[in-house]
Amino acid sequence: MNKLKNLSKYAATNIKCYGMVIVAFAVLYPMLQAGLISNKVSGLLIPICAYIVMAISLNLAVGFLGELSLGHAGFMSVGAFSGVITIACLNDGMPAPVKLLIAIIVGGILAGILGLVIGIPVIRLRGDYLAIVTLAFGEIIKNIINCLYIGIDDAGLHFSMKSANDLNLAGGKMILNGPQGAVGIEKISTFLAGVLLVVFALFVVLNLVNSKTGRAVTAIRDNRIAAESVGINITKYKLTAFIVSAVIAGMAGALYAMNFSTIAAKKFDFNTSILILVFVVLGGMGNIPGTIIATTLLYILPEMLRQFSDFRMLIYAVVLIAVMLATNNARLKDLRARVSAKLKTHKGLNAESGGKGDVSNG
Amino acid sequence: MTFISNLINGISLGSVYAIIALGYTMVYGIAKMLNFAHGDVIMVGAYISYCVTAYLGLPPIVSILAAMVVCTILGMGIERFAYKPLRKAGSLAVLITAIGVSYLLQNVALLIWGSNPKSFASVISFSSIALFNGGLIITAESIVTVIACIVIMIGLTVFTKKSKIGKGMRAVSEDKDAAELMGINVNVTISVTFAIGSALAAIAGVLLCSAYPTLQPTTGAMPGIKAFTAAVFGGIGSIPGAMVGGILLGIIEIFSKSYISTALSDAIVFAVLIIVLLVKPTGILGKKIMEKV
Amino acid sequence: MKKLTKIASLALSAVLTATCFAGCGAGGSSNGSSSEGSGSAAIKIGGIGPLTGAAAIYGQAVKNGAEIAVEEVNAKGDLKLELKFEDDENDAEKSVNAYNNLKDWGMQVSMGTVTTQPCIAVSAETESDGMFALTPSASSTDVIEGKSKMFQMCFTDPNQGVASAKYIKDQNLGQKIAVIYNNSDAYSTGIYQKFQSEAETEGLNIVCVKTFTDDSANDFTSQLNEIKASEADLVFMPIYYTPASLILSQAAKMQYAPKFFGVDGLDGLLTLEGFDTSLAEGVMLLTPFTADAKDEKTQSFVKKYNEKCGETPNQFAADGYDVVMAIYEACKKAGITADMSVEEIGTKLADTFTSPDFKIDGITGLGMTWSKNGEVSKDPKGMVIQNGVYVGM
Repeated sequence: MNKLKNLSKYAATNIKCYGMVIVAFAVLYPMLQAGLISNKVSGLLIPICAYIVMAISLNLAVGFLGELSLGHAGFMSVGAFSGVITIACLNDGMPAPVKLLIAIIVGGILAGILGLVIGIPVIRLRGDYLAIVTLAFGEIIKNIINCLYIGIDDAGLHFSMKSANDLNLAGGKMILNGPQGAVGIEKISTFLAGVLLVVFALFVVLNLVNSKTGRAVTAIRDNRIAAESVGINITKYKLTAFIVSAVIAGMAGALYAMNFSTIAAKKFDFNTSILILVFVVLGGMGNIPGTIIATTLLYILPEMLRQFSDFRMLIYAVVLIAVMLATNNARLKDLRARVSAKLKTHKGLNAESGGKGDVSNG
Repeated sequence: MTFISNLINGISLGSVYAIIALGYTMVYGIAKMLNFAHGDVIMVGAYISYCVTAYLGLPPIVSILAAMVVCTILGMGIERFAYKPLRKAGSLAVLITAIGVSYLLQNVALLIWGSNPKSFASVISFSSIALFNGGLIITAESIVTVIACIVIMIGLTVFTKKSKIGKGMRAVSEDKDAAELMGINVNVTISVTFAIGSALAAIAGVLLCSAYPTLQPTTGAMPGIKAFTAAVFGGIGSIPGAMVGGILLGIIEIFSKSYISTALSDAIVFAVLIIVLLVKPTGILGKKIMEKV
Repeated sequence: MKKLTKIASLALSAVLTATCFAGCGAGGSSNGSSSEGSGSAAIKIGGIGPLTGAAAIYGQAVKNGAEIAVEEVNAKGDLKLELKFEDDENDAEKSVNAYNNLKDWGMQVSMGTVTTQPCIAVSAETESDGMFALTPSASSTDVIEGKSKMFQMCFTDPNQGVASAKYIKDQNLGQKIAVIYNNSDAYSTGIYQKFQSEAETEGLNIVCVKTFTDDSANDFTSQLNEIKASEADLVFMPIYYTPASLILSQAAKMQYAPKFFGVDGLDGLLTLEGFDTSLAEGVMLLTPFTADAKDEKTQSFVKKYNEKCGETPNQFAADGYDVVMAIYEACKKAGITADMSVEEIGTKLADTFTSPDFKIDGITGLGMTWSKNGEVSKDPKGMVIQNGVYVGM
């Protein structure tokens, strides 16, 4: 009975996630094609997709793995820039969707490799120390990309850590110009690609969470010592989840980069990591549908506040604090508990009289 | 000579980080939260000091006191209205709230004082000391900062070791519930911690802006993150640790700027941090965490 | 937790809906950043720049300068302009969002964005929409490269680098030259790269090159130590005035007093609130605008700016003013009316700007003309600070 209930809970989450994305897509896509959506909203669609994927990825690390990562933008950054370099290396004749797919895959793989390199030392640490080390890695990645100069000519790729002049380019073009970032990126990201990536991220994360690995990971999160004592290989499972999270973040980065004609390392700093963390925390730790909703709402919020001009970010800050306080207010919690208890008894009565009915899924 | 000069500059920069880190560490040790708004309290302190000297024309010492008073009230207010309601909530909820408070302070400062940077007049009036016929120059700010840092560190250590409230703080830091059972008022203790941390932030703000005299709404952000790093570096929660961490961080930063690369200096600072944490996972002077089953 | 999410998202949705309605209620009316044209036929100009965050000073200045210009134009009465200025926090992503917002508002002419990185992103959008754009201060060549309707009001970075190197050589200002620049900033790096190559051809002796980043723009002692050790007698600073003020004060504390030479980013140094101007004594800079210039236009602008914002305008404010004035002159010349489409206005304005007889006398330069690739041509003035004021060199 318990197993059945759990299964149906997973199924419900899955249906909620996919359903939400598919309905949003089914409504928005035809409107977009028909030009019914304002420029403002249509311009937000691809970044929102990228941030949703980022938030899903971070939720895997923070929500399921229970490790606070403050440097997730670093993976996004690596994905973004490796995607940009990939596009620059690809043949011009190739169709855009294929290019985008290759860029996203390469971005994901490179971010994944970085995730492995960072993950090995990082997952030995715990709590706030892990948080600060991920923050440190994020800053290191930002600083290094800020010093990278990459160009391409007939002889292939040229790298330098010093300046653009040291590349000795024979003709060709600059791909990445240090702090000035990459310029002249082909804008090939589409809303369709964004939605597909969200679905892919959902598929990977939901399956991972519901698999043996996922159960091991949540066991580690809830009680590390107990998990270890029943023979769960902590390093292996934590590392797996961390790398998957990095790969997805890298893919999101590639999608994000191809939506703008220019991108610089500065964008992927501590503040961006925090922004995504805010999405995850407000959406609910380990709660994927919540994350999707929170990301969408919180991303749109500052755009909606534009008419307040100078007061915009102030209001954003106040809303952030107010929401955090409201969701954790003991009195409100009490009230909610009482209301839901009442509803439950109602439902329970109905269930008894009707002989069936789903008892709340908590 | 350049080496010694760099060393002195490193210690001076590190002392500023150390004073900020002391605030972080106090709050973390007792309230077990990362107060990301700490850097912005520094900025407020510096603005208050600036306003008192530049607009009211009062002497620097009055401005420092005013900044300390305002920051203390601000710190206690933030604790009361933003953090206290979340004491039972998860640490992430508090972290996000702290970030919200940080945004709030920055944007309020932007509205009050505008986006134009202000050039902060140093509160220290005596001039630099020149040694070896001008080959080595020690600025007055360096001297005052280092002395202030040492005095504050010793003062805080004595305070937490000897005074009643200080002992209460240590008790709360060890075990909140047990402390409460022993008759310690946890709310008051945490409130006092924030008051002290914020007063320190005011001093740090004034010293930071005396040494590096521009003042903008975002002035506190980067030193805040660096000081947070310093606190972790030295072992978060440990008062001497914050000082050691801060000064080491300052020296590493200046040396990597001078001898390796200015562009990569932050990367080097963070890389050293990672290495230290891998060797000593709780920082240089941090306590070993006991695992509870 | 799920319930919490639901409540949180409900609360947020409520806020969002409320703001949407508030937006509808406010309609097209002003929100402080738009100046209304009383007639219905106002040409809509959209501006984008950082109004919050670390770079807010530049965006605020441009916005204020542009608003003064719009008020002046509307007072003249022959053409109505309406300006709306949006925040981008100096972020390419937010900038594109702001641009889309302005498009929904009905923007017909763009005054680009204030900072370089966002401007590159937005200029790709304006170009594909066929919209005319004139940026006040995004100075990288990447902004205008390959775009037919994107123009600049400021010098391009290479221009400044080359001009500075030539000036130093011609005036024989220094035998040993040191450079300190911000290598996390496109503006600063761009000028430095051209300065370096021009200095080589001119045979200038560069003895020391030091950098800093936005994150470490506090402590310059280690850089200054090395520059001092290299015995440089002239320090070239292609940076903005905020870090420059720190460099000057730290150099003074080290009792190191070479000549300092800067570019237009240094303007604003003297009006920095609380800055001890004696530290800037003898600093030289190339700049198109100085607030103490004696001509009537500048004087009247400075006076108005002072009344409006209570501070002295910097070069960004002047650029913002000139951009609106240039767009106004071009609109008059090309006979632009508010009912034309974006593309039509774009083509006509671009043609006007590149036509040989189109010249603008603004407060950032006399007889400004624009080349086909969007670059402005005007003369930088060499200035030196003496007794706290600029004096022409």
